[in-house]
Amino acid sequence: MCGIVGLFLKDKKLEPQLGALLSEMLVTMTDRGPDSAGIAIYGNGAKGHGKITIQSPNPEADFQGLDAELSKKIGTKVSSIVKSTHAVFDVPVAKLEEARAAIAELRPNARVMGSGEAIEIYKEVGLPAEVVKRFDVTKMSGSHGIGHTRMATESAVTTLGAHPFSTGPDQCLVHNGSLSNHNNLRREMIRDGMRFETENDTEVAAAYLSSKIAHGQNLGEALESSLNDLDGFFTFVVGTKNGFGVVRDPIACKPAVMAETDQYVAFGSEYRALANLPGIENARVWEPEPSTVYFWEH
Amino acid sequence: MHATNLATAPASKVNYEPKVFDLSKITLREFNQALHSIQDGTNATSWEVINPKGSHAVAAGAEHPISIDVKGSVGYYCGGMNQKSTITVHGSAGPGVGENMMSGTIVVKGDASQYAGATGRGGLLVIEGNASSRCGISMKGINIVVRGNIGHMSAFMAQSGNLVVLGDAGDAFGDSIYEARLFVRGKVKSLGADCIEKEMRPEHIEILKDLLAKAGITDVKPEEFKRYGSARTLYNFNIDNADAY
Repeated sequence: MCGIVGLFLKDKKLEPQLGALLSEMLVTMTDRGPDSAGIAIYGNGAKGHGKITIQSPNPEADFQGLDAELSKKIGTKVSSIVKSTHAVFDVPVAKLEEARAAIAELRPNARVMGSGEAIEIYKEVGLPAEVVKRFDVTKMSGSHGIGHTRMATESAVTTLGAHPFSTGPDQCLVHNGSLSNHNNLRREMIRDGMRFETENDTEVAAAYLSSKIAHGQNLGEALESSLNDLDGFFTFVVGTKNGFGVVRDPIACKPAVMAETDQYVAFGSEYRALANLPGIENARVWEPEPSTVYFWEH
Repeated sequence: MHATNLATAPASKVNYEPKVFDLSKITLREFNQALHSIQDGTNATSWEVINPKGSHAVAAGAEHPISIDVKGSVGYYCGGMNQKSTITVHGSAGPGVGENMMSGTIVVKGDASQYAGATGRGGLLVIEGNASSRCGISMKGINIVVRGNIGHMSAFMAQSGNLVVLGDAGDAFGDSIYEARLFVRGKVKSLGADCIEKEMRPEHIEILKDLLAKAGITDVKPEEFKRYGSARTLYNFNIDNADAY
């Protein structure tokens, strides 16, 4: 199983409620996957500022003094907000790559969950309600977000095996299903210079899209390509800085329901996840077609 | 205690008011248990469910001739295993609506998700919107009428019963079909293995006429449909096909 939720806001008035709405949707999907849960929220910071979300198994030791060390290392002032096992660093956009490399050097045990101009990613082992509470997601605002609750099949139940996976700037992907050719694709992409953190099939899907985007495709084209190259079952929901996409494999046995109103586009593994959204009674509700790319952009 | 004058009091009222179950106030299990506790010959023949909000297994296992109106959309397996009950979903249904139903009627006013009516053995399932993939998969005697379109792999390994589609059918329609009858008014994107178009004979027109009437459809004619069924070439093992296994 696995449960996926996604919310792409068209109406700016809803932005302060993004975290609360998405949290409720995700918690509703708890019984589709109780292993681990995660959420990616896109909220634009100040112009020229970027964000790096990192996670550590020893947050107290790792996050202590990291602001100052990182500032010194990259020669510009950075600040951070610590939330439980995660910390989000505010770094100038131009310094994002440099800061990522510096963090890897300064804190080898910390893992980068995602980075970019808008994305923040929080994920942990545990039930959605616990994860949402731990990171105070209900108070977060933003323009779009994606959540996932996992029932592991392809790899271990760990923080890094939780979704969303982010393999490129401001990109993230969540997955319901399982891929059968991920080992082969991973080998090919490693040869191409990509780096992998896990043995997880979904990370391969995320990296596949990032690699296509790095080679010049837009997200829509990358999703089209995935239909030819990825073998297995999948319903994917992906996020980019401004966009939100959905694609299902040709068999489409992994469930998906979408709803659209003037205020938002929403995705749920089941209608239950959408049932409490504002104005759902009058929303256009439909099931995304197999082998069809859906994509919205701000 | 004030005595009631029986001569002028209204006759004791049979409870024709629907029994209303609010799923935002009681658990689904409480509702389904109430449904399963009905005694034969009950007068409480009108039931209503409000606030289903996509709940799973709403009214699954109903087995008495009562009517159940579900006001809203439901999740997985609504009306599964139904016998005799008439269930109306005033909304859309998730995967597996009417799965393995035996008799009775289920009407979905909106759309149905995948495998609607799967393995159904009897009764009538009406989808007034569209049904998605695998509609009527492995059907075994159920009648299914879909006013809109149906998705890919519908009627896969369908064994008996009738599937009537007023719109179009998706890819691999009727793949590996046995003896179910398939009627489609619109286009079929592609036929699955061993499924072919067949001649529409007078008895098929009669079947259609009856099913359309039962589904309350008066604006289309049986003559507008094409019939599909099994070419019967996959029934028995053929040594020439050994390479295909």
